Amino acid sequence: MRFKTNAFLVIVIVSNAVGNVLLSHGMRGIGDISSFSPTALAASAVRSLADPWVLLGTGLLAVFFAAHTLLLSWTDLSYVLLVTSVGYALVAVLGATFLGEHISASRWAGIALISGGVALASSTPPLTTGEER
Amino acid sequence: MTAFLVTLVVTGSVAGDLLKAHAMRLQGVPEAASAPPMLRLLLRAFRSSWFLLSLGAYAGSFFAFMALLSFREVSFAVPATAIGFVFETALARVCLSERVGPRRWAGAALVIVGVCLIA
Repeated sequence: MRFKTNAFLVIVIVSNAVGNVLLSHGMRGIGDISSFSPTALAASAVRSLADPWVLLGTGLLAVFFAAHTLLLSWTDLSYVLLVTSVGYALVAVLGATFLGEHISASRWAGIALISGGVALASSTPPLTTGEER
Repeated sequence: MTAFLVTLVVTGSVAGDLLKAHAMRLQGVPEAASAPPMLRLLLRAFRSSWFLLSLGAYAGSFFAFMALLSFREVSFAVPATAIGFVFETALARVCLSERVGPRRWAGAALVIVGVCLIA
């Protein structure tokens, strides 16, 4: 059970972080949405759905949602919430690596604190209600 | 307006997670760790009214977040909504009877400060 939980946690964290980074990369290529008229929004939606990065990002976010939903059937919500928050740090690192975003000293401190919080939370039992399933 | 939208974002995402967790508890665990039982469990969950309610809450939260981003920068929106970690942890304890000990609370505190620094 522990292996399955850890495998699903990795899928949830990685698919969410990589999905968001790919979506962000794809949407930047689409350009700014300058008008909120229905025609302009529809044109942007069609352009973005034709973009392979947007499609791949959306697919990964669907994987994230399915894995997160399944994980909650045998793991505490408060455990999943805290352990998967390492994704905030992962997105910052991926953004810096692949999108050329800057990581300042305070952002590194944030990454360190999140990692510490996740380490603390992950040292608690994944399920605290009823019998261990 | 900002406070109203932040409240909507936090309430929607916290309610969505709680409702979804409750829906999944009612479904039980998949019979095996392979794809067909997992898919069957997901399809069963998608038909539950608690799950459909959670989708409504997530949708409300998403649109409120979009509205917030239309006039506030993301570096404000993300830490402002990170307060949801506290409420969600507390409500998981109250509504889902999860045991949240000092290590989980300390973890939540570190994560919130970290998210504020990172955004």
